[in-house]
Amino acid sequence: MREFAKKYLPAALALLVLLALWQGLAASGAVPGYMLPSPADVLAVFPEDGALLWGHTLVTLQEAAIGLAVGVAVGFAVAVVMDAFAVLRRAIYPLLVLSQTVPVVAIAPLLVLWLGYDIAPKIVLVALVTFFPIAVGLLQGFQSVDADEVNLMRSMGASRWQIFRFVKIPGALPEFFSGLRIAVAYAVVGAVISEWLGGFSGLGVYMTRVQKAFAFDKMFAVIFVVSAVSLLLMIVVSVAERRAMPWRHARSEQEK
Amino acid sequence: MAEGGNEQFGRGEGRGGDAPVLAVENVAVAFDGRPVLRGVSLELRCGELVSILGASGGGKTTLFNVISGLLAPDAGRVLLNGENVTATTGHVSYMMQKDLLLENLRVADNVGLPLRLRGASRAAARAEAEALLPAFGLAEAANLWPTQLSGGMRQRAALARTYLFSRDVMLLDEPFSALDAITKADLHAWFLEMQRQLGLSVLFVTHDIDEAVLLSSRVLVLAEGRIAANIPIPGPTPRTPDFALTPEFLESKRQVREFL
Repeated sequence: MREFAKKYLPAALALLVLLALWQGLAASGAVPGYMLPSPADVLAVFPEDGALLWGHTLVTLQEAAIGLAVGVAVGFAVAVVMDAFAVLRRAIYPLLVLSQTVPVVAIAPLLVLWLGYDIAPKIVLVALVTFFPIAVGLLQGFQSVDADEVNLMRSMGASRWQIFRFVKIPGALPEFFSGLRIAVAYAVVGAVISEWLGGFSGLGVYMTRVQKAFAFDKMFAVIFVVSAVSLLLMIVVSVAERRAMPWRHARSEQEK
Repeated sequence: MAEGGNEQFGRGEGRGGDAPVLAVENVAVAFDGRPVLRGVSLELRCGELVSILGASGGGKTTLFNVISGLLAPDAGRVLLNGENVTATTGHVSYMMQKDLLLENLRVADNVGLPLRLRGASRAAARAEAEALLPAFGLAEAANLWPTQLSGGMRQRAALARTYLFSRDVMLLDEPFSALDAITKADLHAWFLEMQRQLGLSVLFVTHDIDEAVLLSSRVLVLAEGRIAANIPIPGPTPRTPDFALTPEFLESKRQVREFL
């Protein structure tokens, strides 16, 4: 418990100070109240609009989760293929990098025109923005595996699949999770952006509605929700990471 | 399968037969036209522990890569029990310079890995590995991760894994070189005891003359890509670390030195 406090207390205090400053600024009247609502005003939105926000959050989460799952699957497949065939790596990798220079806000309207206003364009967009960190992270992980470990496995007569299963996959887990942590944040933002550009529900849709009503407090409330959701997902990834790699924490467990 | 442990210890008794377990014939290897091995021939008999001594970069590891099948030689062949196994892997067990324990597997799973590669279930591989661990001083370590082991324990775990893969021939590439002097002396004593009990047939690469003379029944000197000398070490059997304190030890050491 003391360890926990030591680790997180400074960040929590810094956040509180920031919120207090904001509250002070809003209360001072230097900025018109309707343009910059105080943190207290923003919190007041939740009892009023909470149920509505929750419904929109679930929609966005669903899009992000499905899109992320597709992105991870595609990223994994691309990484495996690039790792196994050097020619394909040289062929595909530059394209992957190039694909990241295309702005998301430019593709999203196209996807809406092609796929309509339902969930499909959202899933595609989220998959597009999430597969890159996964593919690149995994490829890096596969390639960074100790060549001698591979040779040892070969000397014991291991098949390519066994080398993959026992050496490459476990060796790439740290990089995979680094990529996944980035990907979950991208997934939520990607889903929100694609909702802005056309849709019936979701946090992005809610955002465009309250914007048109100049409801600044509600706009800030959505920002809070999006951050909270991203943060929550990143925590989930961290917990999964610890579970997936118990050997990384073995030493510290023993010291306790 | 777990009962296999006792049967393994019986292997050393029958170290008879003069046919070599392993024969290397005229192996030559060149990298980019630069010869590293220029016709190396050697034989290893059952229960024999032979050291290969030579300067760093002298081709010792290359020779092991050829014997293990990882590297196809430009000329020559490798025979295991009379069968040609040149450039095919999976026949002899090979422990490389680093212990190469897989960090994501617990000790028993690491040691049992060779069995899993042959298709054994995780439980079966673990059971057989666990039966072997006490002999390697790792009885309490079965469920530890490799990062929780000391340097000496890591080497013993890697040796156990090498042993479980194949008992016919073990190739050990400087297995003790990374250890501190005290741990190294401990492992030498332990290793001699293991050798006495199990009758292992071992080819052993080292650049430490004392280690070579203490542990082996023969020392081969590898220089400029050839076996420059084949020196029998007439030590007592069973060999103990006390051998290092005898005049015979010093005499053998002097002989070996002449060729380096």
